Amino acid sequence: MNKVLLIIQREYLTRVRKKAFIIMIFAVPLLILAMGGVITLVAKNSDQLTDAQVVKVIDESGVFAGKFKDQQNLKFETTQQSLAQVKTDLKKDDNMSALQIPVDYKQKDAIKIYSRKKPGITLTVKIESEMNDIAINNGMLKNHIDTALLHSVKSDISLNSIEITDTGDAKTDLGANIAVGIACAILIYLCLFIYGAQVMRGVIEEKTSRIIEVIISSVKPFQLMLGKIIGVGLVGLTQFSAWIILSIISTKIVGHAFSSPQGGLMGALSVLQTIPFGSVLMFFLFYFLTGYLLYSALFAAVGSAVDSETETQQFMFPITMPLLFTYLLSVTILFRAPDSPLAVWLSIIPFTAPVAMMLRLPFGVPGWQLAVSMSLMIVAFLFTTYVAARIYRVGILMYGKKASYKELVKWFFYKE
Amino acid sequence: MLSIRNIVKQYAGHTALSGVSLEVERGQIFGLLGPNGAGKTSLIRIINQITAPDSGEVYFNGDKLNQSHIEKIGYLPEERGLYKKMEIGEQMIYLARLKGLSRDEAVKRLKVWFEKLGMETWWKMKIEELSKGMQQKAQFVATVLHEPDLIILDEPFSGFDPVNAEVIKEEILELNRKGATILFSTHRMESVEQLCDAIALLDRSKKILDGKIKDIKKTYRNDIYLVEYTGDQLSFNGAQPFDVVDETAGDDDSYTIRIKLKAGATSNEVLQYLIPKTHINMLQEVVPSMNEIFIEKVNKIA
Repeated sequence: MNKVLLIIQREYLTRVRKKAFIIMIFAVPLLILAMGGVITLVAKNSDQLTDAQVVKVIDESGVFAGKFKDQQNLKFETTQQSLAQVKTDLKKDDNMSALQIPVDYKQKDAIKIYSRKKPGITLTVKIESEMNDIAINNGMLKNHIDTALLHSVKSDISLNSIEITDTGDAKTDLGANIAVGIACAILIYLCLFIYGAQVMRGVIEEKTSRIIEVIISSVKPFQLMLGKIIGVGLVGLTQFSAWIILSIISTKIVGHAFSSPQGGLMGALSVLQTIPFGSVLMFFLFYFLTGYLLYSALFAAVGSAVDSETETQQFMFPITMPLLFTYLLSVTILFRAPDSPLAVWLSIIPFTAPVAMMLRLPFGVPGWQLAVSMSLMIVAFLFTTYVAARIYRVGILMYGKKASYKELVKWFFYKE
Repeated sequence: MLSIRNIVKQYAGHTALSGVSLEVERGQIFGLLGPNGAGKTSLIRIINQITAPDSGEVYFNGDKLNQSHIEKIGYLPEERGLYKKMEIGEQMIYLARLKGLSRDEAVKRLKVWFEKLGMETWWKMKIEELSKGMQQKAQFVATVLHEPDLIILDEPFSGFDPVNAEVIKEEILELNRKGATILFSTHRMESVEQLCDAIALLDRSKKILDGKIKDIKKTYRNDIYLVEYTGDQLSFNGAQPFDVVDETAGDDDSYTIRIKLKAGATSNEVLQYLIPKTHINMLQEVVPSMNEIFIEKVNKIA
């Protein structure tokens, strides 16, 4: 049996058999599911989660009084009391606020709202929009415009974006695109680090436990490094597969449990269905694998150069920088401009491509950019593996020597 | 069996081996001696193909050293270590399979070894649950499980308590009787003297001496003998065939003298001279220890 296969087998089995691995398989989907459940609940019933609000309306203009429409959790009471009187009431009740509308309410910032607590943005927005409606209606009436006619014309307008593709127009949902893009970017970022760090820790373990010398009297250092990287990578793939299968099963179950004609969750799911998950998944696997191979080789080289995990800091920083940088950009700016030159460049440079490309994918990426990015990924991981292997073969036998970058370069050029 | 020819190995800043040549014969117990930093471990790593020499060649059974020889060599490094969190049984099987053994064969041989060394209950234990000495025992088994032709042991007895050191020594001797060639390295020269058939002495990257122990001792014998006799204390007038180096009085009228033969004299002549004069309990040649030879040799060079 090939020795690399033996190493892969050991690296894989020792990790998969760990309790932590099995717990992770079940815990993560459960966590995501629980989070999803909480989010839908909150979104559906956010009004009910706050206490009922009462707004005392002190209308000196006489234009608005009595025309406010009560909403769920929001009641308007027109009062004849003076502001001073109302204020004493306000001090007793946190959920009460007073709206003072002066005669010349059209002046800037003339209308004031008083409350013990700072009023929430939703409350002020609601009041503003109601007042605008009332003011417009009043204006219409004054100018003898039939409001009934107006009502019949008026409709609730919201944008529904349609993407034009070669195969036909498809309904898209920008929100879902952003969500999936960011989720994929975060996931690939985390996975590259989690599994890359596992490779590094494995190398350090072999070095500090000194078993390395026994192993490389049986196999070549490169075989050991390759076996470890592939073994840990397979652990990652196993974890993904388990998660995908579990989430398919659980969404089926949850889908049945919550199925109602216009259930929020089902609505969300139908939106998600507009995203081509199959191809997103394929690309995710590709970028995970190539990105993982690229980074884990570097992680292995770092592991070989140090005597303990605490020493890894100085080397880790430059390695993690490009990914961290892209990740931070992705979740803050890039998702708003997925086709900007910055985003395109980041998705082509191999060190940042896994995160940047996963973010861009749900928005659609031109074929040539994908082709360039993917070919560069393959070239890049072959290159880093070559460099890392040369450092690794020397590093694993070096003890007690504080490695510097100069040292690493020297190791790279060592003869066999 | 093993022929090392003109090996040079340089690391950045220092030379580990400068033109070292050695011959190890099949069935020998060969001691690679020398102080720390002499280049022993560097040489051993080259034989194990962990590193490659800058120049020079190693021949194994007449063939230039290559990957196929890995399975014929067992190596116990100076710095011992195993996977701490892995079960011993699984770990031994893994290491044996890396050396080309099948799983079934590894299990079969392991059972024999575990029984022999009283390790049967260790199978499911993790390395970190064992004492240092127990770990060393396990590692020794891992070294020899694939029945290598050449067993290389770097400082084999360091870390063993006296009882286990004796057990391991017996096992090494038995493996040697069964045909394995053993290559030791140690900086404690006196410890392997009685074990080795042949030695090589390394100092500061150079081989300064090698050969069969018998031959080396013959070369370095300096005609010093120890004589113990009972009776009246003897006085010597210069007619005797030896010079007295020193003299000590023992209990019960016994005396011990250290003598150096005069040029051309033999031990027989010593006896012939002494027997009429006193009662001789013992006459013994004092052979210099490897340590003494080493110091002498190093001083000569310096």
